[in-house]
Amino acid sequence: MNMNYFPDEVVEHVFDFITSHKDRNSVSLVCKSWYKIERYSRQRVFIGNCYSITPQRLIARFPGLKSLTLKGKPHFADFNLVPHDWGGFVYPWIKALAKSRIGLEELRLKRMVVSDDSLELLSKSFPNFKSLVLVSCEGFTTDGVAAIAANCRFLRELDLQENEVEDHRGHWLSCFPESCTSLVSLNFACLKGEINLASLERLVARSPNLKSLRLNRVVPLDTLQKLLMRAPQLVDLGIGSYVDDPSSEVFSKLKAVIQLCNSIRSLSGFLEVAPCCMSAIYPICENLTFLNLSYAPGLQGNDLTKLVQHCRKLQRLWILDCIGDKGLGVVASTCKELQELRVFPSDPFDAENAAVTEEGLVLISAGCPKLNSLLYFCHQMTNAALITVAKNCTNFIRFRLCILDPVKADPVTNQPLDEGFGAIVRSNKSLKRLSLSGLLTDQVFLYIGMYAKKLEMLSIAFAGDSNKGMLYVLNGCKKLRKLEIRDCPFGDVALLQDMGKYETMRSLWMSSCEVTLGACKTLAKKMPSLNVEIINESEKLESEQLELSFDDRLLVDKMYLYRTLVGDRKDAPEYVWLL
Amino acid sequence: MSPPLLGVEEEVQSSVSSPSVECISENGMGLKERNYLGLSDCSSVDSSGVSSNLNLATELRLGLPGSQSPERETEFCLLNLGKLDEKPLFPLLPSKDGICSSSQKNVVTGNKRGFSDTMDGFSEVKGYVYTEKSWMFHEAGSDSESPQSVGHGKYPGNSGVNVILSTRSPGVQASVKQDEPANVLQEQPRATNGTSLKQTVISNNTTGAPAAKAQVVGWPPIRPFRTKTLAASSKNNDEVDGKPGPGAVFVKVSMDGAPYLRKVDLRTYSTYQELSSALEKMFSCFTLGQCGSHGTAGKEILSESRLKDLLHGSEYVVTYKDKDGDWMLVGDVPWEMFIETCKRLKIMKSSDAIGLAPRAVEKSKANNKKEFGYGC
Repeated sequence: MNMNYFPDEVVEHVFDFITSHKDRNSVSLVCKSWYKIERYSRQRVFIGNCYSITPQRLIARFPGLKSLTLKGKPHFADFNLVPHDWGGFVYPWIKALAKSRIGLEELRLKRMVVSDDSLELLSKSFPNFKSLVLVSCEGFTTDGVAAIAANCRFLRELDLQENEVEDHRGHWLSCFPESCTSLVSLNFACLKGEINLASLERLVARSPNLKSLRLNRVVPLDTLQKLLMRAPQLVDLGIGSYVDDPSSEVFSKLKAVIQLCNSIRSLSGFLEVAPCCMSAIYPICENLTFLNLSYAPGLQGNDLTKLVQHCRKLQRLWILDCIGDKGLGVVASTCKELQELRVFPSDPFDAENAAVTEEGLVLISAGCPKLNSLLYFCHQMTNAALITVAKNCTNFIRFRLCILDPVKADPVTNQPLDEGFGAIVRSNKSLKRLSLSGLLTDQVFLYIGMYAKKLEMLSIAFAGDSNKGMLYVLNGCKKLRKLEIRDCPFGDVALLQDMGKYETMRSLWMSSCEVTLGACKTLAKKMPSLNVEIINESEKLESEQLELSFDDRLLVDKMYLYRTLVGDRKDAPEYVWLL
Repeated sequence: MSPPLLGVEEEVQSSVSSPSVECISENGMGLKERNYLGLSDCSSVDSSGVSSNLNLATELRLGLPGSQSPERETEFCLLNLGKLDEKPLFPLLPSKDGICSSSQKNVVTGNKRGFSDTMDGFSEVKGYVYTEKSWMFHEAGSDSESPQSVGHGKYPGNSGVNVILSTRSPGVQASVKQDEPANVLQEQPRATNGTSLKQTVISNNTTGAPAAKAQVVGWPPIRPFRTKTLAASSKNNDEVDGKPGPGAVFVKVSMDGAPYLRKVDLRTYSTYQELSSALEKMFSCFTLGQCGSHGTAGKEILSESRLKDLLHGSEYVVTYKDKDGDWMLVGDVPWEMFIETCKRLKIMKSSDAIGLAPRAVEKSKANNKKEFGYGC
């Protein structure tokens, strides 16, 4: 029976079961009728590039919008490659939404510039607002956070992850009214300043639904103990300061109360830590599925190893490289359910102490058959190790390897790492995200183009020999959405060969490559659906330089292009040229 | 003229290639050409001419004592070392320590550009300025002409090299960024720099010497938030670990051959003697094999005297790493100052501590009981 014979409400009800953005997008393209039904029933929208559409058009299409996710700056902004005021301002979005009749309930932002004014406007404009998640954002202070706390009467989630927040110590936490009892998730680990501990205790005491609590560094251990007494139902805990004398009474109380917290599945923080106190945590380790110790440099390799030995059900582990290869061996033999591993460098610029090498990775690959997501910072890698990993693990969805020396060859054979990465892409057919490092030639890109058929995001640095490298990728990776390249010898020929390809992608970033201004201009002219931006920060615009700067042969320092439905953005700073 | 310079050059190279500057003994006795502690880095003399140029250029750049960052550009471009003589020479120990402690945090990493770009007046590598300055100070006293001649010879060659000294403290890149965002933006690499780094890197690879110490903006790809937080946490943990309150000064103690390290709170001792006794107790089991469970009175006496020989005699010396990352012999400075500057302790075999050993032996011979005593 043809679905078109169903009344709209029935079709809509069917669509309710289709939750993924991709699927809903596909559904909306089937026919006009489905487009209409879908757009009125759509509640959650994800916009991967805030400049690809305007808030007005969003509001026009989805009047029932409740949850909006926006991403601003390109990924390489995370590594200081994009100036702070490049863009990604959320204010226009909030302003437009506030003016409309949209009943916004949830806002999730990543790499956007958020001002206190935006937060205040947000807090006052949407009476049902429930959830604010800010990841790697900047531009606001604790005053903005206070506005959210004070005005969002039904706030359930306030989740601040790794934001640069200016701390005014204005007692934002005390701004939660006594009537606010709806909190489910509170994460303020990234805030640096003091908070009123008594207010925090009272807030937790009146939040019976609180499931996730991540504290910042200033919350001491005795407050932690009191909080856990009030909230033994926590599922996700982020510990701030974890320092005390193990023989103290407070510590004994903490040990006792932790035993009661048998719902905790996710543990993070330990921003300050006394290793001798870690034993109190062991009782909850048995049930942990997520452990994040990547911000706990106070724990040495053996502390980490001892802890991990208790975590048999771990699925995700984020850890510092001081765990060492041996420690990773312990992880491999203990954590058989491990799906995601992230190993961060404790001292990124210290080449002396090779904390983890290819050995650790091989051990993990051998011991953890469910591994599908990896971020691994190490000092060296060999082709043999990567080939072994590829044999052991064929389920990778994300594989990000960062060798700290960006062009380091295989130390055993002195060969580039082409074969190793080639093996990874060949055996991991579901690979969606890949980051390369080490010494690499065009050959690795040939492999990627041939085998990485599901690849959506690729990050390349200091790799390749010629335009061929980039062309292999552009031609071979049909599902590619984001490509970011820095310091590679890819130039105009590669950039211009298949201009239509960029309409199938979200964005392309190229910095310190061999792309000329002329080529960028050509691309911008031929492809009106793309915004081609040149970031040119040289402030020494003397007259000769000005002339030079319009010479088409000039090598472009940073180019960012993205598809868009709305043409050039109006908020670009001076040094960003919109071609 | 040349021999001291070469020795200096060697040491600067080793300091560049390893984050801890393990070069100079700061005992006020003038520049010593020492190859410390089996650092394989000194074999980095084989590093390419590029690196040595780099080192000398930085050596020169750092050669103006008392210079703050704004002056770097002039010292850099013109090497107007005439200034060298004009600047007041710092008294060695206390102010150096003071300066280093404040500047350490401002050390920058990751600016991928040629040295010619330092015109931007960005305060880079401040920490290094003061570190190197300590010995440049000596050098300046002895021969102010030599850096200049070296500099003129080498400097132009560096302009193509986009390599910056490695730094010892993580999170530094990010911390600078926070302080001076505008300046950081100006320092972004340009296209030419990018390719020339690549060329440098490639050429280094073809000559077999990897540019392992090259640091560029945005590499390694870690969020500044993370590096900043880690740096802050490390600092706090050094002070707070194990005991609440700001008073404790915990430092790691390692001993060559021991399977694990210990930590001591320096504030619980008031003299070097107390520290040395504590260390003896802690590490006796390593020097003597199994102890404790089978100890008898007789064995204890035996172990004590043997340990004394071991620690006070010529077999082991106690060294510490100070705020600058230099390895020093314990006992030279007043106890209070030692607590302030000591970051880590290491008990090493005298045979490993070349350069330190003679003095240790001398001292122990001169003063059997009070090896670590300071002028009292």
